[in-house]
Amino acid sequence: MHPQTSLSPIDRPPLSAFQEFQAGLLGVAPLLIGVIPFGMIYGALALSQGLSPAAALAMSSILFAGSAQFLFCQLFGAGAPALVTVAEVSLLNLRHALYSAALAPHIAQLPRRWKLALAYLLTDEAYATIARREASGEACGPYRHWFYLGAGLGLWGSWQLSTALGVLLGARLPTDWPLDFALPLTFIAIVVPLIRNRTMLAVAAVSGIAALLLAGLSFKLGLLVAALAGMAVGWRLAGSAA
Amino acid sequence: MSVWWLIVLCGVVTFAIRLSFIAAEGKVTFPPGFRRLLTFVPVATLTALVIPDLLMPQGTWWLAWDNARLIAGLAAVAIAATTRSVLWTLAGGFVVLGVWS
Repeated sequence: MHPQTSLSPIDRPPLSAFQEFQAGLLGVAPLLIGVIPFGMIYGALALSQGLSPAAALAMSSILFAGSAQFLFCQLFGAGAPALVTVAEVSLLNLRHALYSAALAPHIAQLPRRWKLALAYLLTDEAYATIARREASGEACGPYRHWFYLGAGLGLWGSWQLSTALGVLLGARLPTDWPLDFALPLTFIAIVVPLIRNRTMLAVAAVSGIAALLLAGLSFKLGLLVAALAGMAVGWRLAGSAA
Repeated sequence: MSVWWLIVLCGVVTFAIRLSFIAAEGKVTFPPGFRRLLTFVPVATLTALVIPDLLMPQGTWWLAWDNARLIAGLAAVAIAATTRSVLWTLAGGFVVLGVWS
């Protein structure tokens, strides 16, 4: 056996399914610092907006999308029409189509049950973990879908548990702790690295300014219009540059 | 509509969005413009969600030095731009919020 000081990813023996799963869990772990307080606040918010504990918990597994669940509760509390709620939740979750497109080629060969499971588990945090792994160049093993599953399930479990804790503690959560600030901070951490050119900066500026100007609209419709305005500007700028 | 149906409907739409490209891979080709439009979705939706949280934390304009959320948000933008780390952005944002308020 000859000594090897540095192993390139190709020389290294491939990780087993279990090792990949573990690596996925470890990869998503740092993001849980933002997810767990967020889940607890969601649980408490859901009850304060008039949802039953059962509905609050069920939403965490049926919808499984933190920001959309927040929005849902706020709209429910404000008595928004069902159509408005579905439209806004859909638009807010439309970004997951982008993650779906990025993940699709990597899992094209997997059986359908894997595709369904990984699609269900596809969130901002799971995608961020997977994208980081792909960029590291260590993602070429035959069992890498177990990494995706580990990251997805790690997040899923933490979300269900923290939501349940929020529902359980409910009003007993200290209101002077600004835990809800975890939401904007997480989104800042996701959005800022995406702003790599003038077009993206213009999209952010238009969406942000429009959201401020339209903040007075009922049922947060300003969010819907502002996001569409930002997308339209990006589309226009990218189209004219191409 | 009962809240349960509403939750299920939102859940089905969300799952369909997440499954879209995964299920269509190799079967359907989307127009290139559609993919281009999608690249703007995260920045457009999340910015529209976050900016009012920072500048109107109480529902009205609060553009002042004592708006701790605005200052912490600006700090978080700077940290995210330099470290590209969710963890450091969260930690730094909360520290600035705690110190400032």
